Amino acid sequence: MADVPALTEATYYILLSLHTPQHGYGIMQQAEALSRGRVRLAAGTLYGALNTLCEKGWIIQLPVDNNSRRKEYMLTQKGLEILKNEVRRLRELADNGEAILKGE
Amino acid sequence: METRKTIRKWFWVWDFEKEDDWLNEMAMNGWLLDDVGFSTYHFVRCEPGEYSVHTEMHPADESYISFMQETGAEYVGRMMMWVYFRKKVADGPFDLFSDIDSRITHLDRIGKMLSVVGGANLLIGLANIFSPSRLGWVNLLCATLLMYALGRIHGKKEALKRERQLHE
Repeated sequence: MADVPALTEATYYILLSLHTPQHGYGIMQQAEALSRGRVRLAAGTLYGALNTLCEKGWIIQLPVDNNSRRKEYMLTQKGLEILKNEVRRLRELADNGEAILKGE
Repeated sequence: METRKTIRKWFWVWDFEKEDDWLNEMAMNGWLLDDVGFSTYHFVRCEPGEYSVHTEMHPADESYISFMQETGAEYVGRMMMWVYFRKKVADGPFDLFSDIDSRITHLDRIGKMLSVVGGANLLIGLANIFSPSRLGWVNLLCATLLMYALGRIHGKKEALKRERQLHE
């Protein structure tokens, strides 16, 4: 999948959070928890990214339940493939870094 | 002690970050943005530093406003194409942008608006320049100012792009 560029940190954590259905605020909380407080997705950034990811077909918006106005999103098969590829790419980066630095 | 006040203040479009800083400075001094109008800001009293305030150019559609509210922010109002939000500091950190890409997208949105309005003024100005009223000069002046603004926004964007070559 050479045609898939490296994901941004925001995209990576959004896709990862959407492995199970999640609403916007849930994604923000999950990204922060997964990264132990390091990654904070700002609301405007997240909103723009969710729209772009929907357009690309990497995630979908789930039908809105009448009791709640909150929109939920979920990863698609395509999004899952892209996420798996990114994990492989990141592992290669980390392995190479460790091999050369050898615990320096 | 007065509990409300209105300030008339002008910000050039390329100074939108300064406007943001000023609104937060006001909040630090106990004045919370409560409503906006054309270069008019209405404030109410708050505890100093109780709120964080932000503005961006964004269509004020229902979907965006409810998304922001879901994250704990309050919608203050809209002035032309700019929306204003505030959030209690105690309810967690509040920012509109957290990476370079979304800051560039925001600048693109501002740039597009400036090009459209600037282009329209240029066309109207050129069409009217030889008309007896001579009002075409006003449009050409506006177009010049808008193109200058576009240049400033473009400069900010280029700086962010250079930064993005090294990190997100």
